[in-house]
Amino acid sequence: MLNKNFYLILIISAVFGISFWIGINVNLLPAEASINAPIYDELFKILFIIGLVIFIGMTIAVTYSLFKFRKRKDQLGDGIALEGNLSLEIVWTIIPSIIVLIIGLYSYNIYDRMGGMKELNHSHEIMTSNTEKIWAGISQASNNDVISNNLSVEVSAMQFAFLFNYPKGEFISGELHVPVDHKISMKMESKDVIHAFWVPEFRIKQDIIPGQPTILNFTPTKVGKYPIICAELCGPYHGGMRASIIVEEESDYKDWFNKNTKTEVNL
Amino acid sequence: MTITIDSQDSKNKSLQPKGWLRYFSFSLDHKVIGIQYLVCGFLFYLIGGTLASAIRIELASPMSDFMPRDVYNQVLTLHGTIMIFLWIVPVVNGAFGNYLIPFYVGARDMAFPRLNAVAFWLIPPSGLMLVASYFVEGAAQAGWTAYPPLSITTPQSGQIIWIMSVLLLGGSSIFGGINFIATIIKLRRPGLKLMQLPMYCWAMLGTSLLVVLSTPVLAGTLILLSFDIVAHTGFFNPVLGGNVVVYQHLFWFYSHPAVYIMVLPAFGLVSEILPVHSRKPLFGYTTMVFSIMGIVVLGLVVWAHHMFTSGTPPWMRLFFTIATAFIAVPTGIKFFNWVATLWGGKISINSAMLFSCGFIINFVFGGITGVALAQVPFDIHVHDTYFVVAHFHYIVYGGTVFIIFSSIYHWFPKVTGKLMSEKLGIIHFTLTFIGFNLCFAPQHWLGLNGMPRRVAEYDPQFQFVNQISSSGALLMAISTIPFLVNILLSMRNGKDSGDNPWEALTPEWLTSSPPPVENWEGEAPLVEEPYGYGKKISQEN
Repeated sequence: MLNKNFYLILIISAVFGISFWIGINVNLLPAEASINAPIYDELFKILFIIGLVIFIGMTIAVTYSLFKFRKRKDQLGDGIALEGNLSLEIVWTIIPSIIVLIIGLYSYNIYDRMGGMKELNHSHEIMTSNTEKIWAGISQASNNDVISNNLSVEVSAMQFAFLFNYPKGEFISGELHVPVDHKISMKMESKDVIHAFWVPEFRIKQDIIPGQPTILNFTPTKVGKYPIICAELCGPYHGGMRASIIVEEESDYKDWFNKNTKTEVNL
Repeated sequence: MTITIDSQDSKNKSLQPKGWLRYFSFSLDHKVIGIQYLVCGFLFYLIGGTLASAIRIELASPMSDFMPRDVYNQVLTLHGTIMIFLWIVPVVNGAFGNYLIPFYVGARDMAFPRLNAVAFWLIPPSGLMLVASYFVEGAAQAGWTAYPPLSITTPQSGQIIWIMSVLLLGGSSIFGGINFIATIIKLRRPGLKLMQLPMYCWAMLGTSLLVVLSTPVLAGTLILLSFDIVAHTGFFNPVLGGNVVVYQHLFWFYSHPAVYIMVLPAFGLVSEILPVHSRKPLFGYTTMVFSIMGIVVLGLVVWAHHMFTSGTPPWMRLFFTIATAFIAVPTGIKFFNWVATLWGGKISINSAMLFSCGFIINFVFGGITGVALAQVPFDIHVHDTYFVVAHFHYIVYGGTVFIIFSSIYHWFPKVTGKLMSEKLGIIHFTLTFIGFNLCFAPQHWLGLNGMPRRVAEYDPQFQFVNQISSSGALLMAISTIPFLVNILLSMRNGKDSGDNPWEALTPEWLTSSPPPVENWEGEAPLVEEPYGYGKKISQEN
């Protein structure tokens, strides 16, 4: 009996060990380029490890039973008439409930740190909050909120392109240029069908819904060029609806901005 | 109103064609209707599978070079619609439900045999209509979700035919649901208590409740959408002041429960198959019943987790996160109970058993990614990407379709009196299991790294992983060949199975195989312990 328990403990610790090792060492996500990204990846890592423990554990249990309890040629009759075990069933109701509850509270915490729980109804919050917001206010977004912010951009999405209007510079660009480590505030509007604004390296996505101006805030942290991807089916050329976001040093951004302000249009 | 089968029905039955012709007739026999559902569903599965292969061929290269872009969108729309409404829903509910439920409750037919036949005969014409819409100005191309305003702006005829077809299929589903509820509640043999029913009855009772509660909402939504398209009303059209997010709420109020309509019957079927082949009682019958009902209740209040990026308010996101994650608890109970059913059994490793165990492994994986997707901050990044595509194929293919195959291997001797070839069955399982995981596991990575769903073209950096996925799809396509060969060969030359080849204790095996028209020669047997394995032997000895 002691021997049996010893093996059980050995297997369980091996499952945990392997899961933690994979969870910590295998990176499945693209580069982290915004304030949101490391917070997201922290949540991902935890969910990944918990998922691995459950998946590896269940797979071992199923394959072990198939092997260990397979019917041998000389065997007749049935298995044991075990119809249930109340205490065991209570255990595997309560433990998953606790795990799910902890995951829920933890992801609430993550979501709050991303700025998701803040309502956007009041204009001052947009200005004062240092965290980026992944939740976008619907229709309450007023023009004043966006225009009063120096680093604000108006995004129009249409079949099959994004256009970026810089109200301060009075020009429109097909590429989104932003300075690194500054909070960017975007007001997004769709001209026709539903589109979505997704930057995988920023771990943010927001649908752009016709008839509902939407605000999206983010803070890039790494200089580079990243894709902006439309993630909502919007018609035949949906797969080609792409743009680029160029995150650059503040001086480079200013040069670019000043250059375009003079020429008015850069398309 | 009393529900009895009047003598008129039995007279009509005798007038109906015998032999294979009855499968093409307006038969009132629940067994014939069950097979009609299954074969019709499988033919549509072949069409849907062909469309899936076309998608994977297109995605084997980063450029959109295999078919025109608008045709690609039609293909993905038809693929989704056919697989859901014409293959999985009719087969796990209609086919197995019709064949098994009357046996399980000890009845000679369903409560409403004519309604039953009508429900089936709505399916072939609406399915053909849907496929034929491709030849009229092109099929619908707004995805199976048909989100406005895209569905309002794409060519009208395809979208309208799509709506009519889905309305008819929804109607068929509601007729079926009413019939199952009536049969399970009112047609039970005297002396048979609810808590003695085989688990599939409970699964079908829960599923039918979901069908009856949520399908009318989809019907209403699609009727409003068709008004927007044809009569230029403004329910969902933002140009006329409509609200597109309202459509999404209404659509998902049906379409999330639809996932449980596809999955709960599979939970029921696997609960029938595992005890028989492991020679052990189903572990924890009562908790299984309560977890089915728990999933039904929770399943109705989680729909907005499909809309986390649509601009829903924070409180709503929080509520739907927690409600969704909690579905993992009753679902988890069921999986632990199934593993406990295997534990200590005398397991025959055959095709039915392998597909059922494959189902457990695939579904656990899909369930884990499901709990992750329920978390708003997690979902924000992967919503509408290949991660989601991978997740729901693990649920509906790795879960439900594996169980459909398992059930076909398990009940084939019941229907035909012949055994299927185990050799071909194991080849079929191996190809399907490897092909499926090769096809869908890499798609998780694609989604996380920036490939959105429903695209015909993608970044060249994703080509290699997409080709792995496409080669998995090829294996899946090949795997249907040994299955079809097995079915056809076994039907002609299969070994005689006898009445009860698995020595099962559930009522459908306590009559001849194939069963007589009236199901039992004499009285229906009273089966108080459908899972009494291990007990019977000890009593006899």
